[in-house]
Amino acid sequence: MTVQLDARPPVAPAPGSHRQSSGRLSRLDTRLSPYLYIAPFFLLFAVFGAYPLVYTFWVSLHDWDLLGTDHPFVGAENYTQLLADVDFWHAVVNTLGIFVISTVPQLLAALWLANLLNRGLRARTGWRMAVLVPNVTSTAAVAIVFGVLFGREFGMINWLLDLVGLDPIAWKSDRVASWVAISAMVDWRWTGYNALILLAAMQAIPRDLYEAAAIDGANRVRQFWSITVPLLKPTIIFCVIVATIGGLQLFTEPRLFHSGTNPIRGGPLRESQTVTMYMFENAFAPHYNFGYGSAVAWLLFALIAIVAAVNVLVLRRLGGGPGTKKGAAR
Amino acid sequence: MAVFPRRRLAAVALAAATALLVTAGCGGGDEADGDGPVTLTVDVFGQFGYEQLYQQYMAAHPDVKIVERGTGTNLDEYSPKLTQWLAAGRGAGDVVAIEEGLMVEYKANPGNFVNLLDHGAADLKGNFLEWKWNAGLTADGKQLIGLGTDVGGIAICYRKDLFAKAGLPTERDAVSQLWPTWQDYIATGERFVAAKTGASFLDAATNTFNTILLQTAGNTNGYSYYDTSGNLVVDSNPAVRQAWDTTMDMIDSGLSGKYGSWSEEWVSAFKQSKFATIACPAWMTGVIEGNAGPAAKGKWDIAKVPGNGGNWGGSHLAVPKQSKHQAEAIELAKFLTSSKGQIGAFKAKGPLPSSPQALDDVAITGATNAYFSGAPVGTIFGTGAKSLKPVYMGPKNQAVRTEVENAVRTVELGQRNPEQGWTDAVTNAKKAAAK
Repeated sequence: MTVQLDARPPVAPAPGSHRQSSGRLSRLDTRLSPYLYIAPFFLLFAVFGAYPLVYTFWVSLHDWDLLGTDHPFVGAENYTQLLADVDFWHAVVNTLGIFVISTVPQLLAALWLANLLNRGLRARTGWRMAVLVPNVTSTAAVAIVFGVLFGREFGMINWLLDLVGLDPIAWKSDRVASWVAISAMVDWRWTGYNALILLAAMQAIPRDLYEAAAIDGANRVRQFWSITVPLLKPTIIFCVIVATIGGLQLFTEPRLFHSGTNPIRGGPLRESQTVTMYMFENAFAPHYNFGYGSAVAWLLFALIAIVAAVNVLVLRRLGGGPGTKKGAAR
Repeated sequence: MAVFPRRRLAAVALAAATALLVTAGCGGGDEADGDGPVTLTVDVFGQFGYEQLYQQYMAAHPDVKIVERGTGTNLDEYSPKLTQWLAAGRGAGDVVAIEEGLMVEYKANPGNFVNLLDHGAADLKGNFLEWKWNAGLTADGKQLIGLGTDVGGIAICYRKDLFAKAGLPTERDAVSQLWPTWQDYIATGERFVAAKTGASFLDAATNTFNTILLQTAGNTNGYSYYDTSGNLVVDSNPAVRQAWDTTMDMIDSGLSGKYGSWSEEWVSAFKQSKFATIACPAWMTGVIEGNAGPAAKGKWDIAKVPGNGGNWGGSHLAVPKQSKHQAEAIELAKFLTSSKGQIGAFKAKGPLPSSPQALDDVAITGATNAYFSGAPVGTIFGTGAKSLKPVYMGPKNQAVRTEVENAVRTVELGQRNPEQGWTDAVTNAKKAAAK
């Protein structure tokens, strides 16, 4: 994309005064066109991104009953109340727990898959497409199917456990078990997607690096950790940030994992209620407290920013040396 | 890298298409006023049984076209959606159904609805049970938000085949005599469990808890979680504690199958004959038939509820102020809630009328339900309906009820002991009420 933007048409010098105006127009065209080309995105972003963001903040400063006609200004009260709200922090821990349990194995598996797909396989394109298939299925369908698989009494997983003589697990009312079940859903869906992104980056690594390493006597494992992984760092950072944003906003999977009355709680003791679910519970049924829900939304935003920053710092430290700016900006 | 721009393009196209669809979806029910036929949108949930009535109404009013949305949806999906439409000022139908639990929340902001008293509804008062009429009125009695549809008289639905397997009587009168009180119901349950049929005695403790609570409250002080002045009394109302203790006895005796009500497991449990009894408000008969399916036809029957009477659920029809065809919508709501309309709905899907005239009509008193072994549903549910005493519901009833029932569920699942559960129920209920 950058290349195209930089390829400006050469501006011919306009000798005569008659042609001056057309020259000015063409200069204007050169100056403004790029901005016009990108304007649609920013216009859409302003309407559907920036405006709701600011409006949500405005709402969060009010005692805003969804149906009420008066919305008295309460300043930071929603925020102070929220910071002391144990259910909110419980949801934060759930979200972070599910995030860690899902993202770490997911990226490791994606890396491993990408490495496999990068080898000379038969029907390579077929395999590469196949790993993306879970990603194109509807999240709702996935969540409902997994919700049934992980059923307490009629679920297939507990049936299999029973076959090998293990006790059934209360997947929906045990905190860690429900995190694992939801993580399985997330990983099933996103591992292939990340594998393809990592694969694309892997293919950009020059072959001669590996050849040189092979001549120096490095085996495949050594090559992987000393060449592939360091050169993939910018891409891994990208994957981690995207996974962070998605993971901390996790809603559909845990919401549809639970069925029955008030599934928005994520289990009787809020075992797998994520922050977005808590936001929804407050802003809509059964509380209809829009102000409080908006405050949850803003704290979630802050949380994502913090976790993303921590991720980037940790990843840069892991690779030794500073990461490339170009990669981080992707 | 060549894949990227194309994918991004596709993503943009997809996003744009989605945005279009979403905006188009939001625009529903918003039509310009013209001289042509008026289209009225009716929003319902569950099974209201209005199909035939719409046909009749449209035949008599050729200038009106009726479109219904929401049949079969869960109340938990419907209520937030309706609330969002009202808050947004557009999107709601011209006639909307409001369940009794949600009605109390809407009463706090009556400005969203047309005052039916301004449109001649006052004359209709005699067409409704008094408490049902009052439930549609605001606290000051000056605005009528909704006209009553159905009431939820309670019985116990049970599986004859499972009862036979456990060596219990199967005829509905004999079964009713097994449990004059809830303690007798528990004792019967213990006999059933001892027979080891492979099924549980009841579906979920929360359903039974709510039934006992509404019944006890109706028979005593007339309120449950809130007293009539709007104070939260979850820890001081003896009705709540009594229902709690009885439910704890049931859990302790191992009667519950622990199928969270309305969950997918609950639905599977119906299909797989995993429990023998269920607390059964009149509208539940349609739910059972839908969940258990045709294979279980004739295996179910209906007996009296232990204790005395009780009401669970029932709805009103209201006209939102945002409707562009208020006059026509009010006429339709009046028609659907008339005694004729209520009888039509009962025949179609079983919701019990809230009109005393309809309850006395032979169409109701003589009604039987083939799915439930020909049980005389008209008399079983209808007899108690006229003597029902209403239970007052406070402003945050739904949120408080959610907390208390979740506490019941934690005990049922063995996550909490009854005392911890009670402490949770009270603490969380207070927190929810304050939100």
